[in-house]
Amino acid sequence: MHHFSSAPRSRRLVGLGLTALMAFALIGCSQPAQKPASPAAEKPTEVILASTTSTQDSGLFDVLIPAFEKANPLYKIKVVAVGTGEALKLGETKDADVLLVHAKADEEKLVAAGFGIERRDVMYNDFVIVGPASDPAGIKASADTTAAMKALKAAGEAGKAVFISRGDDSGTHKKELKLWAASGIATPTPGTDKWYESTGQGMGETLKIASEKGAYTLADRATYLSMKDTIELAVDREGDKGLLNQYGVIVVTDAKNQVGGQAFFDWVLSAEGQKVIGDYGVEKYGQQLFIPNAQ
Amino acid sequence: MGIYVDALREGWILLSSGTLDVWAIIVTSLRVSGAATMIALLIGIPVGLFVGLKRFVGRGVALLVFNSGMGMPPVFVGLIVAMALSRRGPFGDLSLLYSQTAMVIAQVIIATPIVMAITAAAVSAVPRELRLQARSLGAQGWRVALLTLREARMGLIAAVAGGFGSVISEVGAVQMVGGNLQGETRVMTTAIVQYTRMGRYGYALSLALVLMAMVVFVNVALTRMQTSAQQWERQ
Repeated sequence: MHHFSSAPRSRRLVGLGLTALMAFALIGCSQPAQKPASPAAEKPTEVILASTTSTQDSGLFDVLIPAFEKANPLYKIKVVAVGTGEALKLGETKDADVLLVHAKADEEKLVAAGFGIERRDVMYNDFVIVGPASDPAGIKASADTTAAMKALKAAGEAGKAVFISRGDDSGTHKKELKLWAASGIATPTPGTDKWYESTGQGMGETLKIASEKGAYTLADRATYLSMKDTIELAVDREGDKGLLNQYGVIVVTDAKNQVGGQAFFDWVLSAEGQKVIGDYGVEKYGQQLFIPNAQ
Repeated sequence: MGIYVDALREGWILLSSGTLDVWAIIVTSLRVSGAATMIALLIGIPVGLFVGLKRFVGRGVALLVFNSGMGMPPVFVGLIVAMALSRRGPFGDLSLLYSQTAMVIAQVIIATPIVMAITAAAVSAVPRELRLQARSLGAQGWRVALLTLREARMGLIAAVAGGFGSVISEVGAVQMVGGNLQGETRVMTTAIVQYTRMGRYGYALSLALVLMAMVVFVNVALTRMQTSAQQWERQ
C-alpha cells in the first residue's frame, strides 16, 4: 500500500502539533494566574438573554445591551438569538436567564407553567407586508389586512405572485398564520400550493429569498429597514392594526443567573431603558423602530 | 440524559410513522450530493491523474492549491456562489439562487479539490516502474493512465468517500445558496439546523441519526469494496 506508507509520519506530525497546542493552551491558562489580582470591582457575571433573530437583526441590541451594561457594570449580557420556539425552550430548560420575545400567548403559557417568574410588555413594533414595488397582487389598494391576505392568495393561485413564509415557528411566522386564519384562509401548504414557500429560516434570510424570487413576505419593520438597501422589496402594506407586534420580557425561574436576569428585566422596563428603545432608529432611519410601552 | 431520551423517543415516533416528510428531505439530500459527487469525480479524477503523473512547471503549485482546496471553508464557497448567482451578481439572469442547481454548483466546488487531491496522491503512489513497463510493452498514453487508475483504485474509492462525505454533511454553503425551502431545497443538514432553532430536538435528532447512519453506511460499503479489492489483488 504505497500511497498509505506516509501515514505514520503524518500521524507523528499530528501528535507533535497536538502536543504543541496543549502546551500553548497550558501557558495561556497559567498566565492570568500569575498576574496580580485586579484592584477593580468584582468580575461581571454573565447574563444569558434569549431573544429572536429578528430582534437581533434589527440592531436594537447593539445599543440596548451596551446601555444596560453601562448602567449595571456587574452584569455582562450574552445574547442568544434563535427562533421564538427555541428561545422559549431555552427558558424551559433554564439555559437562559431572561427572555425577550414576541409571542404573547406562548409567553403567558410559559409563565403559567412555572418556567418564568413574570411577563411584562416592553415595546412593540409593527409588521409590514413587503413585496415587489409593482405590487402584482394589488394589496396596496385592499381595504384592510384581511382583504390583502385574500388578494395575496388569489394572485398566488393565478400565478401572479409568490408568498414566502418563515415557516420556523417564530413570532413572525405565528403572526402570519394568524393573519391567514383571520382572513378565513386555511394555512397554505408549501409544495401543494405552488405560490407558497417556506424557508424555515430567520428574517434576514427570508427577506433575501423573497427579494431574489420577486415574492411577498411578512417582515418586522426593523429588520426590513435595516436591509432595505440591499434587497429589492417595497412596503406594500403597513399601518393596519392587525400588523402590530408586541414584545414581552420574562425572567426565567431558578435560572443560573436569575438575579442578573431580574436586573435586565427591571432596567429594560425602567424609564431609562424605555428611552433607549424609543430613541433607537430615529437617527439612522429617520423613524422610531420600536415604541416602548412598559406599564 | 433525559433530554436525549425524550428527543430519541420523539424522533423514533416521527421516523416510523412518517409524519415528518423526512423521506422527501433525505431524497433531496441524496440527489443533490450524489449529483455533486458524480460531477466532482468527472472533473477531479482526470485532473488528479494528470497532476499526479506528469511532471510539469507549476505542479507543486497545483498540488498546493488542491490540498488547500480540501480545507476550503464551505461557507466561503457558499458566499461566493450566492453572490455570483444573486440578482445583482454576474449570473443573476439565470435565476439559479435558491435552487437545487445552485446547491449542486456549490457542492461541486467543495468536493472537486478533495477528489483531485486524493486522486493525485493515489496515482503518484503507483510505482513508476509499472508505468514504464506498460509503456515498454507498447501501451498508449491513455491505456497507461487507465492501468494506473486501476492500480490506484483503492485511493479512488477513498476519493469517492471523501467527496461524498464532505458534501452530504455540509450545511453552511447549502443553507446560503439553497435557502432551505420546504419541498425544494431543504436537505438533512439545513433541516437539522432549522429544527434545532425551533427547539424541536426530536425532529433534529431523528434527522441527525439518519444522516449519521448514511455516512456510516457509505463508509462501510466503500471499506468492503476496498477489502474485496485487496483480496482480489492478493490472488
